Amino acid sequence: MVSACPLVALHNLTVSYRQHPALHHISGSFAPGSLTAVVGPNGSGKSTLLKSIVGLLPIEGGRSGGALTVTLASESIAYLPQVAEIDRSFPIHVRDCVLLGCWGSAGAWGAVTQAMQGKVDAALQAVGLEGFERRNIGSLSSGQMQRVMFARMLAHDARLILLDEPFNAIDAKTTAALLVLVRQWHQQGRTVIAVLHDDALVRQYFPSTLLLARELVGWGATSEVLTEPNLRRARAMAEHWDEAADLCDIDVLAAKKVAA
Amino acid sequence: MMALAAWLWDTAFAPFAEFAFMRRALVATLALSLSAAPLGVFLTLRRMSLLGDALSHAVLPGVAIGFMLSGLSLTAMALGGVVAGMLVAALAGLVTRFTTLKEDASLAAIYLVALALGVMLISGHGTQLDLLHILFGSALGVDSQGLLMVAGVASISVLLLAAMYRGLVLESFDPVFLGAAGRRGWLWQQGFLMLVVINLVAGFQTLGTLMAVGLMMLPAVSSRLWHDTLPAQLINASAQAMLASAAGLLLSYHLDTPSGPTIIACAGALYLASLLFAPGGWLPRLWTTTHRVA
Repeated sequence: MVSACPLVALHNLTVSYRQHPALHHISGSFAPGSLTAVVGPNGSGKSTLLKSIVGLLPIEGGRSGGALTVTLASESIAYLPQVAEIDRSFPIHVRDCVLLGCWGSAGAWGAVTQAMQGKVDAALQAVGLEGFERRNIGSLSSGQMQRVMFARMLAHDARLILLDEPFNAIDAKTTAALLVLVRQWHQQGRTVIAVLHDDALVRQYFPSTLLLARELVGWGATSEVLTEPNLRRARAMAEHWDEAADLCDIDVLAAKKVAA
Repeated sequence: MMALAAWLWDTAFAPFAEFAFMRRALVATLALSLSAAPLGVFLTLRRMSLLGDALSHAVLPGVAIGFMLSGLSLTAMALGGVVAGMLVAALAGLVTRFTTLKEDASLAAIYLVALALGVMLISGHGTQLDLLHILFGSALGVDSQGLLMVAGVASISVLLLAAMYRGLVLESFDPVFLGAAGRRGWLWQQGFLMLVVINLVAGFQTLGTLMAVGLMMLPAVSSRLWHDTLPAQLINASAQAMLASAAGLLLSYHLDTPSGPTIIACAGALYLASLLFAPGGWLPRLWTTTHRVA
């Protein structure tokens, strides 16, 4: 399923925290149905990229400025943040938590249909959590919690799936089980973008890779991007940090060129 | 046996049967228990247990302005309180959305300013007695008009909470998910804060602005010790608040103590009992020294 129109297009995207760019002039696009790993050292802007695509961060030039185009309604995007961002002490059952995946279609007042219940059952079965329906999420291990989150995404039935370090602090068995789901999503033609730290895993499962170090180091087929020189370059770029860096003049120059 | 029944009648029922002001106070506090305590549960879930306290202080300048403009008119003071509370909640919301400050920090800053303004206004234009009345209220002084207001607010609040329930649960549990799904998460938060404000204002005549928070938070905190599920916690909180209201009114009648603080003290006694005996409390930990095999 190749279409001319990319699902997510970045055009000179810059996202800054207090004037320091976390993502610096990134351009490229995610094709529909692609399975991409986002790789890079800590602080290289991987999570920032995902959050920008979801719309959780203000981007330079504004959402409608053309720097970031997402040709999907927000209901069709599923986003899995890093593990720590969910309140695990909240009194909610596993089943209800997975059912929240249907928020996009049920909303705040819509009925919960038989079809949604069926989806939830199927999702719980797919992640291997049958029998856990009535357990509180506070009683789960972090691996089980991550299975719940994947079940919620299954119920969500999204076209674009963004995973932020989904296998951090997850054992090999659970990782393997969840990777099966990622592969299924890919086969079903969904677009998956995952932030990962395990190069071996990326090489084995992800056809394309985006290597970030605040700036774009490489974007394309995994075997061509994850090369030793590229990785060395990424490490060197991420370590460079200057509190009093000069203002970036790429945009200024471009503006002058347009004016001339 | 008959003597016991007579004693029970005299202590627990006669005060309500004989005096209209006791009946009105009972109905008002029961209505408040029904609507305010569940809000308290949501506040604790969102780790904003102290927010009710902050908002109750924020209501003060509005009540003062209402008092200055039209004397001891309940409508004017309540309206002023609602406007002031909502203004503070909305301002704090705006600060949170558009700056790097978190909810609690922005609210703390703004409510302190509001409180200072309120005290300045009241001390300039009223007597010490008025200030005490506004801060601590008097359940026994609730008239029919005040009762209607409390009942109206409680009804609206319960209905709105029911309508907002699903969105509010999601927004409290996983705001990132909600934000990713539609970017309207702050609307739920603001709607919820408005509910808290109108409940605090409804409580101010019966319990006073300070004590109204007690009926909202104490039963809510205790209820979390009893149950693992949210619906059960909500019902438990309301039930504890009602029990505290009835017991507090009776105690204040027999001991001749101010009604608001007595009700809150009763809620405090229930909290202490919950701390000791509830499944999530202290004593069950000592009793259950065995464990299952899996």
